[in-house]
Amino acid sequence: MTLLVNDPEATARDAVLYEHEHKSLLRFIACGSVDHGKSSLLGRLLFDAGLVPDDQIETLRKDTGQLTGPEDTLDFSLLFDGLAAEREQKITIDLAYRFFATRKRKFIVADAPGHEQYTRNMATGASTAELALLLINAQSGLTQQTRRHALIAATLGVRHLVVAINKMDIIGYSKAGFAAIERDFRDFAERLGDVELTFIPVSAKKGDNVVHRSRAMDWYRGPTLLEKLETVDATPRASETPFRMAVQWVSRPTAEFRGYCGLIAGGDVVPGLEIVVQPSGQRTRIKEIITANGVLSHAGIGQSVTLTLTEDVDASRGDIIAEASAPAIVSDRFDARIFWMGQGTLAPGGRYHIKLGTAKAAARIAGPIKLIDLADDAALKPAESLLSNEFGLCTLELDRPLAADPYDDNRDTGSFILIDAETLDTVAMGLIEGATAPASSKAIAGKIEERTHLFGTPRKRRSFAKAVIWRTTGSVATFAIAYYITGNAHLAASITAAEITVKFALYYFHERAWALVPWGRR
Amino acid sequence: MNAQTTTLQARTSYLDQLESESIHIMREVVAETEKPVMLYSIGKDSAVLLHLAMKAFYPGRPPFPILHVDTTWKFREMIEFRDQRAKDLGLDLIVHINQGGVKRGIGPITHGSELHTDVMKTQGLRQALDHYGFDAAIGGARRDEDKSRAKERIFSFRNAHHRWDPKRQRPEPWRLFNAEKRKGESIRVFPLSNWTELDVWLYILRENIPVVPLYFAKPRPVVSRGGTMIMVDDDRLPLEPGEVPEIRNVRFRTLGCYPLTGAIDSTATSLEDIVRETLDSRFSERRDRVIDKDGAASMERKKQEGYF
Repeated sequence: MTLLVNDPEATARDAVLYEHEHKSLLRFIACGSVDHGKSSLLGRLLFDAGLVPDDQIETLRKDTGQLTGPEDTLDFSLLFDGLAAEREQKITIDLAYRFFATRKRKFIVADAPGHEQYTRNMATGASTAELALLLINAQSGLTQQTRRHALIAATLGVRHLVVAINKMDIIGYSKAGFAAIERDFRDFAERLGDVELTFIPVSAKKGDNVVHRSRAMDWYRGPTLLEKLETVDATPRASETPFRMAVQWVSRPTAEFRGYCGLIAGGDVVPGLEIVVQPSGQRTRIKEIITANGVLSHAGIGQSVTLTLTEDVDASRGDIIAEASAPAIVSDRFDARIFWMGQGTLAPGGRYHIKLGTAKAAARIAGPIKLIDLADDAALKPAESLLSNEFGLCTLELDRPLAADPYDDNRDTGSFILIDAETLDTVAMGLIEGATAPASSKAIAGKIEERTHLFGTPRKRRSFAKAVIWRTTGSVATFAIAYYITGNAHLAASITAAEITVKFALYYFHERAWALVPWGRR
Repeated sequence: MNAQTTTLQARTSYLDQLESESIHIMREVVAETEKPVMLYSIGKDSAVLLHLAMKAFYPGRPPFPILHVDTTWKFREMIEFRDQRAKDLGLDLIVHINQGGVKRGIGPITHGSELHTDVMKTQGLRQALDHYGFDAAIGGARRDEDKSRAKERIFSFRNAHHRWDPKRQRPEPWRLFNAEKRKGESIRVFPLSNWTELDVWLYILRENIPVVPLYFAKPRPVVSRGGTMIMVDDDRLPLEPGEVPEIRNVRFRTLGCYPLTGAIDSTATSLEDIVRETLDSRFSERRDRVIDKDGAASMERKKQEGYF
């Protein structure tokens, strides 16, 4: 096995630890139905990386009925059979977590079933994933189900989509076949907002481009699947956002000591940082960052710490400690994307318990509801209610104000679950969009009404960015030409200034106008 | 190395991430339940769990007692180690033995592994939880141990009869755990869910956590039973006619009741050796556990019946 530390001279402890201490962790979700070969692909990935124990390979050979013979006769999907209850009773296929590690990374894989009725499992797995591996069968091309998976992953903030086009061996390793699917997907992916797309032609059965580079597809120059998984940027998005920590527990081991325990959900913290306790709004500073390893000079996202404050403020479980210069939103009315997982329906007037970070409150669905139609590229449509496994947009009314961030800024302080008051089951996942403007439910209803698409078509921000860059380039050129012709810097600057203002606006409207015109698109 | 660099490195290490997440889970249990307990089985996973509990509530003490369900068939070195740890750390340790089982003389040799595990371990645990009224039990199970565990939640609910219903598990998106209990329900919580055997050893090595000496290779008396090397830990193990214990250099990958736990040939005498051996191993961890072979999907069935 390749993971062994090879240098016998190295001091044992340090060498062993060094190798592993520098590994990062990547959580990803694998989506696709059985016929697309997802289990086979994951099995092949582990097998080729040398990570399947011998006793399991032996069992696999027995199960496949192939005690000898080449590997490509083995059915790798059998490595992952699940609960006996699932196999025997054919009940709901559940989410499974798998673990493996290579020299570079430790991976936690949420292995999600593909069918629509199990979407809740996929959504759960995607909620913590930084990358989604989407499987497409090269024979059948881009399907409704793959589009659905991509939309859910993007909605839940998965930044990297790796599209593995499988069964390339069956279509004769055709470059044109691969390119056609990539083109279809890219057209559709205009809908997905800020995601990175990678397309890899693979054969799980033969092992092409999974761990080993394919000899049959020398036209493909991109990474193998494992290379992509090992090198993708795994930093959580919220690492660059303002400091946030939800208070989990107040530690009072002695009468003098009062520490606030929690896991840092965003940004960085240093002693002296001015903070605000939300929702109460009391301000003070961080005194110390305490861990069992000692007092830290600095801590960041993902670390469990205990904070002490310079003044005795009243903070308790459920409060958010936030950077004072960039606090979270405090409101008792939030617009949210809801993924409904309950047995019945979600309808206006429904009452639930909400758990947002470490805070709990009572919540009421204030309506109106809009369905995010996953079968229609996440188009927004008015709806009476949401059925199980449906995404929607609605307004929540809480019995007290809570602090939160938009989900797109921070996955931890922007997410919540709804709990059924009677069964106590978790019935919905929620993503904060923002606070509803106070005392003007009509305004927000209007805001939701206006939107026709979850991700925008394409994003206005994108048009804006393009306009700015184009204008900067253009204006520098204008100044240079004007100065060359007139020889007068003041005059050249005036011309440039006038041009910037006028053309900036013109370009923006030009872009918006073109965004509405379907003509000329593929 | 300046402080900034240290912090950045710490942040990129996946062991730190696992540690922080486990601490977060333990704190959630304490905040959301009324009377939690930590299950302590003396093995390596329990060693890590205990270490994490000490860290999670620092500078305070873990605000829950530690429970060991003693089947009376543990290796002697395990019991010595347990008592020493409890003394060193000043733990609030509860040891529970199913006295009914002891009276009936239940043991793995006379009654078979299945009945023994059910009476002394599963029922013993249920008795202890009911007796003390614990509503949450923190345990060291990992998802990579068994196929059925791969699908178990971190907060795993048991009904009033301690049964697990795999069909009625709550989704656990993000870090949002729903700890609301229905009447009579209790929770098993698994903070090490996302750790693997290798992670556990690397962490033990990094943090220098004491473990039972049985994990290190040493000449020990063993007999071979059905391909499994059983250590002759005391005179309760009946020898077959003509059977003579053989002294072999062995150690254990997992620890349980001694007649049910197979040893492996090994020369690993340090934590570094164990990590290397784990990396190098071509076999899965629980291959040498006799109780996991009580029929297909045995772990899943035991879990449904209230086994940890």
